[in-house]
Amino acid sequence: MAWTRQLLRVNLTEGTCIPEPLNMEWANQYLGQRGLATRYLAEEINPQCDALSADNKLIMATGPLTGTMASTGGRYSVITKSPLTGAVACSNSGGFFGAELKNAGWDMIIFEGKASAPVYLHIENNKAELVSAADLWGKSCWETDEMLHAKHQDPQMRIAVVGRSAEQGCLYSSVINDLHRAAGRSGVGTVMASKNLKAVAVRGSLGVGNIKDPARFMSAVNAGKKVLAENPVTGEGLPALGTQVLMNVINEVGAMPTRNMQEVQFEGASKISGEAMLEPRESDGKPNLTRNGGCFACTIACGRISTIDREHFSVKDKPQYWGNSGGLEYEAAWALGSDTGIDDLDALTYVNFICNEDGMDPISFGATVAAAMELFEEGAITTQHTDGVELKFGNAQALCWAVEKSATGEGFGADLNLGSRRLCEKYGRPEFSMTVKGQEFPAYDPRGIQGMGLTYATSNRGACHLRSYTVSSEILGVPEKTDPLHTEGKAGLVKAFQDATAAVDSSGLCVFTTFAWTLDDISPQIDAACDGDWSPERLVEVGERIWQLERDFNMKAGISGADDTLPDRLLKDAAKSGPAKGKVCELGDMLPEYYQLRGWTTNGELTSETRSKFGLPA
Amino acid sequence: MLKSLNIDPGKCTGCLQCEMACSLENEGVFNTAKSRIKVFTFHEEGRFVPYTCTQCDEAWCMHACPVDAIVLNPATGSKDVKNDLCVGCKVCTIACPFGTVNYNADSGKVVKCDLCGGDPQCASACPTDAITYVDANATGLDKMRQWAGKTDNAASTGA
Repeated sequence: MAWTRQLLRVNLTEGTCIPEPLNMEWANQYLGQRGLATRYLAEEINPQCDALSADNKLIMATGPLTGTMASTGGRYSVITKSPLTGAVACSNSGGFFGAELKNAGWDMIIFEGKASAPVYLHIENNKAELVSAADLWGKSCWETDEMLHAKHQDPQMRIAVVGRSAEQGCLYSSVINDLHRAAGRSGVGTVMASKNLKAVAVRGSLGVGNIKDPARFMSAVNAGKKVLAENPVTGEGLPALGTQVLMNVINEVGAMPTRNMQEVQFEGASKISGEAMLEPRESDGKPNLTRNGGCFACTIACGRISTIDREHFSVKDKPQYWGNSGGLEYEAAWALGSDTGIDDLDALTYVNFICNEDGMDPISFGATVAAAMELFEEGAITTQHTDGVELKFGNAQALCWAVEKSATGEGFGADLNLGSRRLCEKYGRPEFSMTVKGQEFPAYDPRGIQGMGLTYATSNRGACHLRSYTVSSEILGVPEKTDPLHTEGKAGLVKAFQDATAAVDSSGLCVFTTFAWTLDDISPQIDAACDGDWSPERLVEVGERIWQLERDFNMKAGISGADDTLPDRLLKDAAKSGPAKGKVCELGDMLPEYYQLRGWTTNGELTSETRSKFGLPA
Repeated sequence: MLKSLNIDPGKCTGCLQCEMACSLENEGVFNTAKSRIKVFTFHEEGRFVPYTCTQCDEAWCMHACPVDAIVLNPATGSKDVKNDLCVGCKVCTIACPFGTVNYNADSGKVVKCDLCGGDPQCASACPTDAITYVDANATGLDKMRQWAGKTDNAASTGA
């Protein structure tokens, strides 16, 4: 069990909220969360539909371990068709919202249609209703969160919300929950706003039971917690420095994309690193980092809770930003910092706050600003477009200006909100866009970590590190060390990571556990909680089925093998410094073998044998 | 040796493992809404604070109860609610200065921490030792050790 076996179907056009039994046959094949919700999406929408039309659907889905005591068991995902990529979108978030939804008795919510005027969904256990959000529309995520808590007089309510950027059609808007956790990528928040759905406010007190074998489950949970506590990454590195533990490491190995990926090392990396966040600042003697924080059930607690220097130009006259909030993760610090050539830690923290407050994905936002900076330096964008702002690499004031524009969509913000690909096309220099399938790159340069090139090219949601984090193997040596500068064996490595990650993303657990856990640690927890046999082999099979299903959706949506590529900059311009100096990403050495391992044609299409092997829908 | 819960908020990450362990032990499900220990988040200050019953010696709840449904467990020092006697009048919830006795509408009884009979599950579940179960007569020992470690061992009077 562990599933509540019930989903909520919300028809925004009709204004109805109707419970429905979970399809357990599909749960058996796709586990939950990412896999199961993608199965529903593939069944219920036309992959070619306009992502921002009423024909698209948006699913918030938990996994069977969400809401349990399994470490990190608080995750949920938002699944929809992406307006940024046209591919399937699946963005995973922590915080407390997912567990609250499960506690209210729901495995998932399917939103369909479009409301005629702004609404929010209010759930109190089995009661669900759509309520007018007329007063909330036009408010930031943080304002909305505060207003809903005040209105319902319920401090324990958990809220997922979209900000003003999403309302304005920013193509990389996130769904923000618990103020600073995000279902971040691919514009899932944009889809939510396009349906006139401002927020989902949940209070659940039913509890999560239905554990198949409670004693065996708790024994597996405790064993898992011990492995995390004793592992140097999950037990020490992540709690102390967060994902920012990586900033100096990745810079050293020459895989730190810098100034819109023109370079692979950033001279200012140490100033924006996890270590720098611990340094007392001159003005008040306090460090940027106040402490670490955990999401629901998480015994790693990599979350950063930070403040900005009150004397810093970004907040000097804005006392509302003087308190603590979610601090810089590695991806945000890279995109907002290294990729824009900015080494001002306080500026980056401020921009990260605003990304959370108004729901912009800091990776796509930062990478889009980086592209705009290159366009500016090359003269394609001028001060006439930017209200006189010198949008140059390294200009921290310009970055702070840009984030405020993106948040509201005003002026040049509307251009930034197109994302890197559409922005560079608009200004006539498409080659400056560092994207795959329209989504901006994350923080690992594939010239210095070859496996990540194949990861990005084949990711089912466009450029993304979380679909197969081969950095683990190629840099950190987990589960075993491979050479980041060689392509041999990377096709198999990427496939193995993709399949295992798809299973983890469908369980309710956080993928960061896999710094320490293998499927041998995860399987006993799922197996003790859920009906059926959930051996590691079975999880790999489920993971691969999910991957094939996502690929199948994308092909039907009009994406082809020709889109499994990287920008020329990464394939033709050699790295200028560091261990990878002189290297390009040798994608062509890896892709054919990868297609073969996947059972696809040389054009990257699913064969009928592969389709029938995994029982994919017609 | 009598033991008591010792809470160090400085170590708490707000993960709620304690709340789930409590609800599993007492309600048989993972349900933070039914936990007898609560973690409070002070977002602006960046602080998490677990809070539960301190098991007062002269327990207000116990003295206030008109039907003697709250009794001392001599083995652990905890003040336990006797469900078969509790009439759900809630007077104890008013008497407790700390708010750690609460009414449960589902059962019609009040609930409070009973130290799990001497093996508090919140302490076992806490991943950071923010909640420990220690000698009741020496809850300050760790703090004393920290301060002791800061003292200067050089002789204070020189020749």
